[in-house]
Amino acid sequence: MAEVVLIPKKEIDIKLEAEAITPDAFAGKSAEEIGKLEIWQGPKTYPLAEFFDVERNEEDFAGETAEDTLIRIKGDMLRVKKIGEGMTAGRIEIEGSAGMHVGTGMKGGEILVSGDVDSWAGMEMEGGLLHIKGNVGDHVGCAYRGSWHGMKGGRIVIEGSARHQLGGGMDGGEIFVEGNVEGFCGIRQTGGLIAVRGGALRTVGVEMSGGTLLIGGRIERFSPGFEYVGSETGPAFGDFEFAGEFKKFAGDFAISKRAKGVLYVAADANPGL
Amino acid sequence: MAGTIAVKNGYVLDPLNEINGDVMDIFIRDGKVVKELSAAEMQDTKVIDATGMTVMPGGVDSHSHVAGAKVNAGRQMRPEDHYKCNINKTGLTHSGSGYTVPSVYKQGYDYAAMGYTTVFEAAVPPLEARHTHEEMRATPLLDMGSYLVLGNNWFLMRYLRDGEIDRAAAYVAWMMKTHKTYGIKCVNPAGVENWGWGENVNNLDQANIHFEMTPREMIRGLTEVNEMLGMPMPLHLHANNLGHPGCYEITKDSLKIPDGVKAKQKMDVEWAETKMDPSRERSVYLTHLMFNSFAGTSWGDCESGVKDIADYINNKDHVVIDSGCTPFGEATVMTGDGPAIHDLYTLTGNKWSNADIELECGSGVIPFTYLKSNPVHSLQWAMGLETLLLIKDPWKTIMTTDSPNGGPFTKYPVVMTWLMSEASRKQTFGECHKWANDRSELGGVDRELSLYDIAILTRANPARTIGMAHRKGTLGIGADGDVTVYNLNPQKLDSNNYEELIRAFARAEYTIKAGEIVAKNGEIVSVPEKRTYYSEVHVEDEKEKEMLVDVKEWFRYYTLGFANYPTPEKYLENPTPIQINKER
Repeated sequence: MAEVVLIPKKEIDIKLEAEAITPDAFAGKSAEEIGKLEIWQGPKTYPLAEFFDVERNEEDFAGETAEDTLIRIKGDMLRVKKIGEGMTAGRIEIEGSAGMHVGTGMKGGEILVSGDVDSWAGMEMEGGLLHIKGNVGDHVGCAYRGSWHGMKGGRIVIEGSARHQLGGGMDGGEIFVEGNVEGFCGIRQTGGLIAVRGGALRTVGVEMSGGTLLIGGRIERFSPGFEYVGSETGPAFGDFEFAGEFKKFAGDFAISKRAKGVLYVAADANPGL
Repeated sequence: MAGTIAVKNGYVLDPLNEINGDVMDIFIRDGKVVKELSAAEMQDTKVIDATGMTVMPGGVDSHSHVAGAKVNAGRQMRPEDHYKCNINKTGLTHSGSGYTVPSVYKQGYDYAAMGYTTVFEAAVPPLEARHTHEEMRATPLLDMGSYLVLGNNWFLMRYLRDGEIDRAAAYVAWMMKTHKTYGIKCVNPAGVENWGWGENVNNLDQANIHFEMTPREMIRGLTEVNEMLGMPMPLHLHANNLGHPGCYEITKDSLKIPDGVKAKQKMDVEWAETKMDPSRERSVYLTHLMFNSFAGTSWGDCESGVKDIADYINNKDHVVIDSGCTPFGEATVMTGDGPAIHDLYTLTGNKWSNADIELECGSGVIPFTYLKSNPVHSLQWAMGLETLLLIKDPWKTIMTTDSPNGGPFTKYPVVMTWLMSEASRKQTFGECHKWANDRSELGGVDRELSLYDIAILTRANPARTIGMAHRKGTLGIGADGDVTVYNLNPQKLDSNNYEELIRAFARAEYTIKAGEIVAKNGEIVSVPEKRTYYSEVHVEDEKEKEMLVDVKEWFRYYTLGFANYPTPEKYLENPTPIQINKER
């Protein structure tokens, strides 16, 4: 895999929109050509080289194809949006934080972020792996504003915590969160799996009509539209296992009477249920 | 010279002049078609070589939703319609966004890229006329006009109930010039008023709440008023019970009401030279026939009722229709028929907007996706094409998608191609649900429209139907210099190669407006001024005065003052009133 290294040159004031930073756009290009890709800042575009030094390892070119291309970004990208948007293959490693919309609509390949990530990570993602070592903002794997069709496929792994609307309108794929979430986790979920090892604030799984949602910690305020089905010990989803006893609910029946969502809640952490 | 151009050696299709593919030169001077340009004029005139290409009048859309409150409600409630579909600003053009409900700039550019130069907004609630005009003024490159929604208007329901037809006519005349609108739109007559009370009307003879008016009385009354005044276009009718299984019967019965009413256009305009009589023949213009043609009793047993209505229209001469085709994919449904949209809301659960327009009408908006996997949507696709293929005389039909109700106008190239190519219809039959074939007649139709037919359905007939053929929809001497050049050779047309047709229609080689090239191969190259047409309808002063006394009396029921009601001409770019009923 040919490696392209991006090193930030300066402090960024107005946030950048860098949908050009994908293995698909870099593949087959020389460092000079990569430096000429367009990056938006406010109403204007600039060449990528305005903000980044582009270095390669031993070869003259990025990989022949997106699949052969690894993009390593050395530095904090919190003010850079849309990294890896729509990528289909290859790998991006961000050695620091990432801005909004990282991996939005990605269809394949992998993104690894070692720091924290702003909102809308993996929005409407269709495939691939988005692995975040730190915490993330709102709307992870969610639908865009106005739409109820969120993530369709692929996997998002978050080692820290997430905020509101995680997996909103999710139709497929998997999201794993090691830490906590806040409100509206899995709102309008129709398919796929969301598993949270920690707790949640409120409105978990509201209006969900399909898919599976698991909360391994305490839910501060449980939504009223779910019906108790039974209890299960140690549910496992592929390589993610959850120890202890879980209460299993079906719903959300608050609006639809035909909802087929499944909600697991840790029994010990939620004695009142 | 601005507005002067020569288009040479193209295959010209000008149905109003019965020109079918003759190789001709078209000359335009100062924005108008002329017989020829002198040698001196030719020296500094731009010449387009259209050898091997198709030359038509600029496209005319007689039914689209592009301006005003409900269109803007659609834009506001659908951010997801905008974020993936946008254009950047250039030195010449504005930025814009939106797929089914584009922003005003983008829709102007998108229409022009396809060769369209004239578009009429098909539903303006009177109270929203200012808003509509603001958006029409901001829509570049298109000459425009609009139809005023009057089918549930409190004043008209009262006047027609009391048999005061003269007063009703005086009111319509005053409303047209007050709101700078062009023709009468009638949406779910008598039914939308009931929607204010959570109800609808179910048949043509059901009297509505308070006003005790029936749909039949409204259709008859408004058709009579339309012809008394000599309006440029027929009554634009959106029939009752739209979008329900079995609705084709009420549609057919509605069409019988104006049978026998004679079309009488009384327009004081200069007519372009045409071989055919360019004045309108029809007394009713039924809109989006597809949505009004369901047979059956439920969504489980519904089927196409288009054949039955087409048979009726084939035997009558007072009806013209537009199709309301549904080319699959994303749409935003918006109509003055509030209860119909509520039914779609209960069906889909999608986000829904509803409005009550005081003493005038109502409205609803909801996003909708037509899926090839869905049996009813597939049937609707077939029905839309049936409306244009089963009605034999192309002069009784107009191609639309009721944009954006059936799908955005940017899908017109695909619809035109289905009409021209049985092979492309077969391809789609293979991709969609079998109801399209099993429950319609389309599969047995081998008719393929010619380019001449397409020129009728998208130029000559919409213009003639709405009374714009005096300057639009033809390349006759004196017509507006609006021309589309498609990169299609009519001599080498192959309906099996339908991808080629779609490509050619989607990006006109040249779009010329008033003698200026505005788009070349889909790229906007200039943005000249546009016009807005409206009907300045005249009645006796006495009658107007007497009518206004009553209108002012009832104005207390409005939330605004009488003086703030009219839309001043300054809201229009190049306001172009058409004098109606001036000589009585």
